[in-house]
Amino acid sequence: MINHLKFAAAVTAAALALATPVVAQDASPQAGGTLNVVIQPEPPGLMIGLIQNGPTQMVAGDIYESLLRYDFNFEPQGQLAESWTISDDGKTYTFKLRDGVKFHDGTPFTSADVKFSMDVFLREAHSRTRTYMQHVESVETPDPLTVVFNLKQPFGPFLGIFEPGTAPMIPKHIYEGTDFASNPANNTPIGTGPFKFEKWVKGSYIHLVKNQDYYMEGKPYVDEIYYHVIPDAASRAVAYETGKVDVLPGGSIENFDVPRIRELDNTCITDKGWEFFGPLSWIWINMNNKPLDDVKVRRAMMHALDRQFARDALWNGLGNVATGPLSSSTRFHAADTPDISYDPEKARALLAESSYDGETIRLLGLPYGETWQRWAEAVKQNLTEIGMNVELVPSDVAGWNQKISDRDFDLAFTYLYQYGDPALGVSRTYMSSNAAPGSPWNNVANYQNPEIDRMFDEAALMANPEDRRAAYKKIQDQIVSDVPNLWLLELGFPTISRCNIKNPVSTALGVNDGFRDVWIEAN
Amino acid sequence: MRDFWKRFRHNRGAVIGLVILAVVIATAIAAPFLFPQSPWKMVQRPFLPPFTQEGLPLGTDALGRDVLSGLAHGAYVSLLVGLVSTIVALAIGVPVGALAGYFVGRTDDALMRFTEFFQTIPSFALAIVLLAIFQPSLVFVIIAIAIVSWPPVARLVRGEVLSLRTREFVEAASLSGLSNSQIILRHVLPNALPPIIVLASLMVAQAILLESSLSFLGLGDPNIMSWGYMIGAARTVIRTAWWLSFLPGMAILLTVLALNLIGEGLNDALNPRLTRRSE
Repeated sequence: MINHLKFAAAVTAAALALATPVVAQDASPQAGGTLNVVIQPEPPGLMIGLIQNGPTQMVAGDIYESLLRYDFNFEPQGQLAESWTISDDGKTYTFKLRDGVKFHDGTPFTSADVKFSMDVFLREAHSRTRTYMQHVESVETPDPLTVVFNLKQPFGPFLGIFEPGTAPMIPKHIYEGTDFASNPANNTPIGTGPFKFEKWVKGSYIHLVKNQDYYMEGKPYVDEIYYHVIPDAASRAVAYETGKVDVLPGGSIENFDVPRIRELDNTCITDKGWEFFGPLSWIWINMNNKPLDDVKVRRAMMHALDRQFARDALWNGLGNVATGPLSSSTRFHAADTPDISYDPEKARALLAESSYDGETIRLLGLPYGETWQRWAEAVKQNLTEIGMNVELVPSDVAGWNQKISDRDFDLAFTYLYQYGDPALGVSRTYMSSNAAPGSPWNNVANYQNPEIDRMFDEAALMANPEDRRAAYKKIQDQIVSDVPNLWLLELGFPTISRCNIKNPVSTALGVNDGFRDVWIEAN
Repeated sequence: MRDFWKRFRHNRGAVIGLVILAVVIATAIAAPFLFPQSPWKMVQRPFLPPFTQEGLPLGTDALGRDVLSGLAHGAYVSLLVGLVSTIVALAIGVPVGALAGYFVGRTDDALMRFTEFFQTIPSFALAIVLLAIFQPSLVFVIIAIAIVSWPPVARLVRGEVLSLRTREFVEAASLSGLSNSQIILRHVLPNALPPIIVLASLMVAQAILLESSLSFLGLGDPNIMSWGYMIGAARTVIRTAWWLSFLPGMAILLTVLALNLIGEGLNDALNPRLTRRSE
């Protein structure tokens, strides 16, 4: 998680939401060509089972695969699994695997690899997957092409975890019985994906080549992929302008460069491909400190923020104004939560009724570049205008982590991923059991509401999606009226690419799901 | 005094510098009255170019804040930082230099090695390190600038005092039974003053530049609108809104230039013989 957010740190891009067709319908795919992509920052490694930060997943998404992939509405599609069934009680998931799938070294992929990956490797090495697997009683492999997951109790989001970042399929024959972290194969990752690892020149590029034996007829279309490491944001923009790279994943260039790059010839932009992550920004309110424990003060602050302005002026109009704790791309998002819109009059009135008495409120900005700095200034000004005294506290990334972990702040910017389901990426922010100081990613605000705790626990274990929807609606209404955080924007991270590169983004994970379907139209 | 002014006036550049500085000082003093609203207030849509909107002659920045108001309030910050940090630097440098120059020997060695210790570190790098250790607030910015700018003062004062301490009037004072501190304060330092004044005027300019550079790098006080901050915030949009960096840049340029011109004029006025010789 930490790594995810760090990567997202680098991500400060945006643009207009354009209706660029994501799936090309006009022509039939052409094979061949080289894809040049920016990778930022350089990943620490490519073994996705061990390292889960953003850039690792972007490259590893080509090398490793999971059982499923997800379209923009989170409808699961078969990847390594051909079909799947869920028992009526929601406790047994049976996957039928594709026949004839081979790892890059030629070894066949079977249900034993699935069991090894989920039950052994990821349970040990992948902290997020480990918590999901706590719901799994046992994994059975009745035959080489069948896998059965027996759950202890129904776990609503279970079918949503089979993407390459959470549940990559790892070759059992290479890793079984070894020390996973020090296995030399980590340097030459082997998966079942459409591209094979070829070469990594540290500080320069990562080279992948087409998997000639890929099990999907005709795919992948592209012969090779170069991921270019270019440490400076301005240089990355120039690399696109000069034609060195053809794909700029979300966050490759600075926000303010997006309008200029967007105007270049043969340039397409899409804000799709982030639905799964649903990056949502907000301001933590430290409820340990007076007068922030007063809900009226918090509501006043919420109504004081001109978030539409922040979206238009700082994010170039990309993204959406948040309605509450769930991003609108996350499952069970409710749009009709209590009103938290910009209303300075109401904010002033609420503040007058509240226990606020001129205290200086310390606002900690996010040290992730210019956009965030301007944003902190704008928020400070918004709050000043309803009559609060706000002081900006400067910090670097390490200082920010430290201050948030120690709860040494009054207000603090942040943003986190939601992983498509409130039970996977939202409840951690609001559960009282997750509020201990020491982590900058848990319930930092120290929001304590036993009713919310109970409802989150119950909603995660419901088998029926409609029951879950109703439960999460109640949760959202309650949290929004308690205002433990000041929700800002659902961040928009545009992927920019040459228009003759087709399908750069085709799932809810975007470029992190690999370039299986990408093809290059010859000019 | 009249002679002084006559000689100063003789240097036309210095007079121009004085006029510019007077304008900057007047702006700084008048800023809270001319622009009673906070310079952080977002008043119009962002990126309004100059001379397109009545009431906002220099347009707005990335958040729709009034650029002219920012420049006016920034003038106050720049001058404040320049003056206060120079005074602090003088308060450190003058005593160190005077003691080293007057007592010579071991005192001199000890104080000068200490001074050199600061001089060997590039001043800007040292200022960055100091601010990284402290919380970047206005007070610490001033302290950091003072800490990196006192060594030249100490060296200058030491040199002056070294040459003065052997003069007859100092020996006479010594023979008449005055204490060391009285001699230093009443007889030596007043005679060392002219070069210190010239140096101080240049130090103010240097301090303004340092503060701007630090703010440009984001190491300034984030709660204070300064010229360096304005340039730093605008550099990212320099290709689309160049005036946002250009205007505060011009303000810094003019102010620093004015102070340098004044320094030159002061030098002429305070060291008349030196000037005539060079003519």
